[in-house]
Amino acid sequence: MKVMWFHLMPYQDLPVDFKDKHNSVWVDIDPKLYDPVAGHRLYNEYIDELVYADKVGFDGICVNEHHANAYGLMPSPNLIASALARETKDAAVCVMGNSVALYNPPTRVAEEMAMLDCMSGGRLIAGFPVGTPMDTCYAYGQNPANLRERYYEGIDFVMRAWREEKPFSYNGRYNQQRYVNAWPRPIQKPNPPVWIPGGGSVETWDLCAKNSFVYASLSYFGHQASKVSLAGFWNAMKERKKEPNPFQAAFLQFVGVGENRKEAMDLYRESAEYFYGRCLHTDPSYANPPGYTTEATVRARVGSQVMQAAEASRRRVRQDTSDIFDAGHVVIGSPDEVADKLRAVCKEMHVGHLMLLLHYGNMSAQLTRYNTDLFAKKVLPQIKDLFENEWEDKWWPTGMPAVTEVRAPMGAAAE
Amino acid sequence: MSSYKETFVSTQLGKVRVWEKGRGKRVGFFAGVGGLPKWTPFLDRLSENYRVIAPALPGFPGGPSSEPLDGPLDWVLAVGDVFDAAGLDGGDLIGASIGGAMAMEIAAIWPGSVRKLVLIAPFGLFEEAAPVADIFAQPPNRMVNVLSGKPEDLAAYYKVPDGANPGDWEVQALNANIAAASIIWPLGDTRIAKRLGRIDVDTLLVWGDNDKVIPQSYAKRFATDLGGKSKTQVIKNAGHMAEFDQPNAVAKAIAGFLS
Repeated sequence: MKVMWFHLMPYQDLPVDFKDKHNSVWVDIDPKLYDPVAGHRLYNEYIDELVYADKVGFDGICVNEHHANAYGLMPSPNLIASALARETKDAAVCVMGNSVALYNPPTRVAEEMAMLDCMSGGRLIAGFPVGTPMDTCYAYGQNPANLRERYYEGIDFVMRAWREEKPFSYNGRYNQQRYVNAWPRPIQKPNPPVWIPGGGSVETWDLCAKNSFVYASLSYFGHQASKVSLAGFWNAMKERKKEPNPFQAAFLQFVGVGENRKEAMDLYRESAEYFYGRCLHTDPSYANPPGYTTEATVRARVGSQVMQAAEASRRRVRQDTSDIFDAGHVVIGSPDEVADKLRAVCKEMHVGHLMLLLHYGNMSAQLTRYNTDLFAKKVLPQIKDLFENEWEDKWWPTGMPAVTEVRAPMGAAAE
Repeated sequence: MSSYKETFVSTQLGKVRVWEKGRGKRVGFFAGVGGLPKWTPFLDRLSENYRVIAPALPGFPGGPSSEPLDGPLDWVLAVGDVFDAAGLDGGDLIGASIGGAMAMEIAAIWPGSVRKLVLIAPFGLFEEAAPVADIFAQPPNRMVNVLSGKPEDLAAYYKVPDGANPGDWEVQALNANIAAASIIWPLGDTRIAKRLGRIDVDTLLVWGDNDKVIPQSYAKRFATDLGGKSKTQVIKNAGHMAEFDQPNAVAKAIAGFLS
């Protein structure tokens, strides 16, 4: 199994009474709450944490994209990833990802990701989220009526930009370009591995199953919520008669490791409550612009009690945070307890890529280091072998190509 | 409510449901947000004096899918097709809310196609000092509170009728909102300001006195910029969907204007 260290980069100074005095952590959050001096400290601290994860043996480090959001300070994950490409040597650099529907033209995404792949030496994982309604339709004003179509077209555009061997014209429904010519080109051929974050949309399961993309269940509500999404994905794979390779799936889990469960609860409660209480204080008005949820998903939800129950559980936690540990939103305990739990849920959900949030909320750099160290030393060795002997990971970055010949510099032949 | 006639006409985009009732002069009706999932008392009142013809616009209940429509030109041509196929050419036309935005396009782009125009709180303009409300960014099931002064009545109107499939009903409402978003996202500004001067027919502007979606001050701007003569009538105790909240008063105001 590949184990990855994921950072959301939350703002840490939301006031104690944030939930009472402010409408939402997202879209209309008060700009006056942001202190750029704190921002300077946080960005550097957070980049250090990702770099450290590479040093202590995590297989990948992950960043993502949010807009007008206090729990995700990366409007451009590519900027952070470029720092990581320079400062790390081994870990996969997982950009999870670029919301392609927001970029006009999507050439920009093809170019920047190719830059990252070159800079990192073929270590890029290219993630393409459709993006939340808050990020896309509200913070970036995209029309929800065609957001998904734009997103599908954006992925197609970028894939072609990476694969075509000549400049080409693109005449799409939303993108018309006379000359598409992405310079630089990605190291990984024909393209970096493509991962798609999903939250239970029928269309995303099909997209991944059809195109052999990794389906990554990114939920803040742990394995209980991901179980539903991943079951839907494996079902879509089965319908298409595709091989159920666990490395075609990923899932995100909050974790807190301590010497024992009691210590872990004491250590991580504050950061978890900060995240689930303040960071997830969102206005439901921004949750469902028309068209964001498609007809197929609406129909599936009307008929699915499992999906309704998962949604009800999410709503409960937003109101009452006492449930965070018991419900498994944050997996917590001694190294052995955490290892047993993660092994069990990854096996049950058949997932070969485990993305971990070992930092959340207002967790200090010191506690983050403690959590990361304990995980790396005592949990990682217990779970790394899972699936590795039975399945091949075809969705992992290839790194630099083997050197067969050294190319002469341009112009050398004429001398 | 007495019975109305339902027929279907063909357009390039697909089959269009047309509801009709009453005798006399033709008057067309383009409904607003949500379209017409059910018949309404307003159409009944109107049909006491007129032959009311209410075709479904693309994406709204009874209309063909709006999925193929990519921009303003596609929308205007599709609605123009509906207008012609429903036999509305040369008659009077009422447009409410989003239907009002489309009714203005018809009058602006095809001179002579509309005899007299009635606009009930139409979308189309946006002013930063008095912004149009974001009707889609509302708490779950609370859109009715923004649209109407009688939200419980409106919620009851939108409720799944006995015997109907809840999934189908929800999808119908979803498609109506997708169509609305396709026309007015994100601000409600359809750039009609550039074409208002082309609308040279007599126009009645109807506004609820408690419109929480489009401020009443917009009526003044429409009245100033429209190319023809206009008159504004404010309806008491009515929200954005004045024709839903006060069907008698709105039908009476319209009858007075059209006669």
